Amino acid sequence: MIKHLFKEISRRPLGVVCLTILGILYICTIFSQFLAPYLPTDQDLNNAYHPPTRILMVDWRPHVQVYEQVDPSAARYEPVEGATVPVSFFASGAEYRLWGVIPADIRLFQVEETHRLYLLGSDGTGRDVFSRLLYGAQVSLSIGFIGICITMTLGFIVGGVAGYFGGRVDFAAMRMVEFIIAVPSLYLLIALRGALAEYFEPEQMYLVIVIILSLIGWAGAARIIRGMALSLRQRHFVLAAEVMGQSSFKILFKHFLPNLASYLLVAATLSIPAYILAEAALSFLGLGIQEPGTSWGLMLQQAQELKVFTLNLWWLLLPGAAIFVTVITFNVLGDVLRDIVDPRQQMVKR
Amino acid sequence: MLAFIIRRILSAVPLLFGISVLVFILMAVAPGDFLDVARSQEDIPAEYIERMEQEFALGEPWHTRYFIWVGNVVQGNLGESWIYRVPVTELLWQRIPATLVLSALSILFALCLAIPLGVLAAIYKDSIFDRISSMFAYAALSIPEFFLALLAVMFAAQTGLFPTGGLSSVEHEFMSFWGRMADYAHHLVLPTIVLGMGSVASYMRIMRANFLDYVRSDFVTTARAKGVPEGRIMFLHVLRNAINPLVSGSGFILATLLSGSILVENVMNYPGLGQLIFEALMRQDEFVVVAAVLMGCVMLMLGNLIADLLLAWSDPRIRLEKN
Repeated sequence: MIKHLFKEISRRPLGVVCLTILGILYICTIFSQFLAPYLPTDQDLNNAYHPPTRILMVDWRPHVQVYEQVDPSAARYEPVEGATVPVSFFASGAEYRLWGVIPADIRLFQVEETHRLYLLGSDGTGRDVFSRLLYGAQVSLSIGFIGICITMTLGFIVGGVAGYFGGRVDFAAMRMVEFIIAVPSLYLLIALRGALAEYFEPEQMYLVIVIILSLIGWAGAARIIRGMALSLRQRHFVLAAEVMGQSSFKILFKHFLPNLASYLLVAATLSIPAYILAEAALSFLGLGIQEPGTSWGLMLQQAQELKVFTLNLWWLLLPGAAIFVTVITFNVLGDVLRDIVDPRQQMVKR
Repeated sequence: MLAFIIRRILSAVPLLFGISVLVFILMAVAPGDFLDVARSQEDIPAEYIERMEQEFALGEPWHTRYFIWVGNVVQGNLGESWIYRVPVTELLWQRIPATLVLSALSILFALCLAIPLGVLAAIYKDSIFDRISSMFAYAALSIPEFFLALLAVMFAAQTGLFPTGGLSSVEHEFMSFWGRMADYAHHLVLPTIVLGMGSVASYMRIMRANFLDYVRSDFVTTARAKGVPEGRIMFLHVLRNAINPLVSGSGFILATLLSGSILVENVMNYPGLGQLIFEALMRQDEFVVVAAVLMGCVMLMLGNLIADLLLAWSDPRIRLEKN
């Protein structure tokens, strides 16, 4: 099925574009420690709110323009004429552990320590926005995947069981689903977070967010899967399996799961954006990932200063653009997948 | 009709009970309480804190407090805000209109933009316009509300065309009636656009899909065959039918608006229900949280009910009594 899907996607230009963008994003995230010139916590208080540095070609090698602070209160920097620092590629610098295991010290590019390279500017404490974007992606891009795995499993089990057995089980499960859906989700998120957070260390916040997002997210999936399970139950092959005495557990996983797989895949792709957005929203409200960690939402929260708006420090809003690109790609990819899996439901191109 | 409305309202009661119990449990599970801030300050005497503890019944387990609260609610007393020391009802009366106005304006804005855009996209299917509008829909659905809000604040700060936040300006009190209204309107423009943008996209996609469905139906072919002018078919026959799902979808849209308003109200410093809930949750101002969350849910249910009634009114095939 996966092979067939890839073939179908490769026939559609939109699908190819989306897969490419997502591929680049995820590869950048996996190798973020290698690609980022600085650690996300590397501060430099002399270079607060530094604008993106200009890259010049001197003797056919890229050099970084050197800047001079003109007015610290207004965060104004002027380029120093003729002063540049060469960019060194694949040079060794501060040590890090790739994926937390392999010790390494080589980075794709950096400049000598006396100067700073800010591809996308710096924030209020002189941390490199580009590096923080890469490290933040580790949280923002993985949370959707992990969350969706938990949600879809829960949704399949609850929905499948409710639809297959019916009766009281069905009634109880559906009332619970309705209850969760009836409350505006962000209210529930914030309340759950308030209740759970104190039992975890700030570093485990990632876990807390995944748990609460999954606790809320399964309801919608369960309701639709229940509906599909209700109609599957009447099909002949399920009746045949029942007559032959197959256990309910086996029927659920051997007959229901393959038949619902394509729906699960499409639903998963279409709901990953909701997880990315919810994590960003929680972190943005200061309830999600905490310092010294980074995530795109947290970076946006820190950009919420009057200074940013009055001085037009636009580069601090880039995490929002990153969220936007990721979410739109998942949305488009989800629609492409839906067109492939279920041509009857086409909405975009009819 | 009346029976239907009564049944719907009655069926909401257990749900509201469930929600209030849930909120009480969650607040009780969360460690610490409202007086933590007071306790950490040395200049507040211990007797005062003890008195407050007794007054708020903080020493009791959550279910005892819940029953005290329910008893008060039945008598029409929603309790008092511990932060502001004013009755919760008073606080809600200040905040709910602001959120209602914002939500209603956002839906109105979304409808006014989405219906024409969706219809045009459907009529000129596969044209440049259709493609651009579908790209716009993707973009509007994908942009996080709080990011859009930040961009709007940036825009306001850079151009000075709109205020950067709040509901009224400093000199509001000294204005004439119409001046005040204009001042409110001026402050509402950006929040309305920010909050409504996502709904524009979802309404537009529903509108387009429905319109295309109905254009191919038999009654349109009949109308064309007997020579009804095309414009009349599109606007009287097709549009009338295609608009129905928008009405029933409004309930869902209202739910997303209420969630989104927490973020937008916080960024744009808009004094609405969302901001109140957030602040109260952070300070563990229990009665305000419960009342405000319940109010949000009541607004949502009323919105759904109104949507269903509107649907029945606009589509005579739907009989509410039969459900």
